Amino acid sequence: MQWHSVGEFFAMGGYALYVWGSFGACALLMVAEPFLARRRLIEVRRSLIRERLADELESQQRTR
Amino acid sequence: MGDHGGIEDCIRVSQSIVQWFRFASPQSFYPLAGRMVPWFWAAAAIFGIAGLWMSFFVAPTDAQQGEGYRIIFVHVPASWMSMFIYLVMAFWAGLGLALNTRVSSMMAQALAPTGALMAALSLWTGALWGKPMWGAWWVWDARLTSELILFFLYLGFMALQAAIDDPRRADKAGAILALVGVVNIPIIYFSVKWWNTLHQGSSVNLAKSSMATTMLWGMLLMALAFWMYSIAVALMRVRAIILERERHTEWVKHAVA
Repeated sequence: MQWHSVGEFFAMGGYALYVWGSFGACALLMVAEPFLARRRLIEVRRSLIRERLADELESQQRTR
Repeated sequence: MGDHGGIEDCIRVSQSIVQWFRFASPQSFYPLAGRMVPWFWAAAAIFGIAGLWMSFFVAPTDAQQGEGYRIIFVHVPASWMSMFIYLVMAFWAGLGLALNTRVSSMMAQALAPTGALMAALSLWTGALWGKPMWGAWWVWDARLTSELILFFLYLGFMALQAAIDDPRRADKAGAILALVGVVNIPIIYFSVKWWNTLHQGSSVNLAKSSMATTMLWGMLLMALAFWMYSIAVALMRVRAIILERERHTEWVKHAVA
């Protein structure tokens, strides 16, 4: 291993801004994207459940 | 008699193909995709941890570029995936156009945002590499310009599909755009050979690579992690798209209890 201290690791031989800017952007977007995809699935599921409940309510009222 | 047997074989083959497409209906693909997602996340995590370990702790400092070269461990996988996802997206879009299969068009639609993300990361990390190495965030070089066009192709595909209300018509228009845009992929890939670009040529060569073996392994592991990530997130998104587009069918009403 080429690092002698934690500080040296984070300094990246003077390239800290560029290296961490690259890895950081990747980490940020690759956490955000699955989060958004998951939210989209949850949203559509929720709206389908609401729709189903509305349908059930309507049919109950009709039979009354 | 021989001819007759040939025709029967033909019918049998086409029947089995039809069976296969019936299996690839939204109804059967929705639960299948759901079962595959966790496996691809697990694979992405394993390759990602191994790749990051190689990238930061095993791969040596570069003689010319110091520690700054470590950007390639995300830059190259993101660039590869941006091109590869485009080809896969165009394939599914084209299949949807030719055979009218709904799931393939939905898959193309699900891949576009992930492809755009990879293209954006490729451009972003490239700029962060360019500044210290070339002294410029951006140059109008053939490789960089064609990658920027790829990013706009993804955005154009998504905007076009969003602009057309009828999903089947949106699929067709999107497929034509995606297929025309495929011409850009070999342009990106060979740009460093065809033109005299500032962007360096490929360092990865199966016979004789100009990179240290540990650097190459780090890059390949990161590429595998990005690949597994892309499949996992696209499958998650395609499940949402299936429910959105099939919401008025009976099976969706029963699937979401």
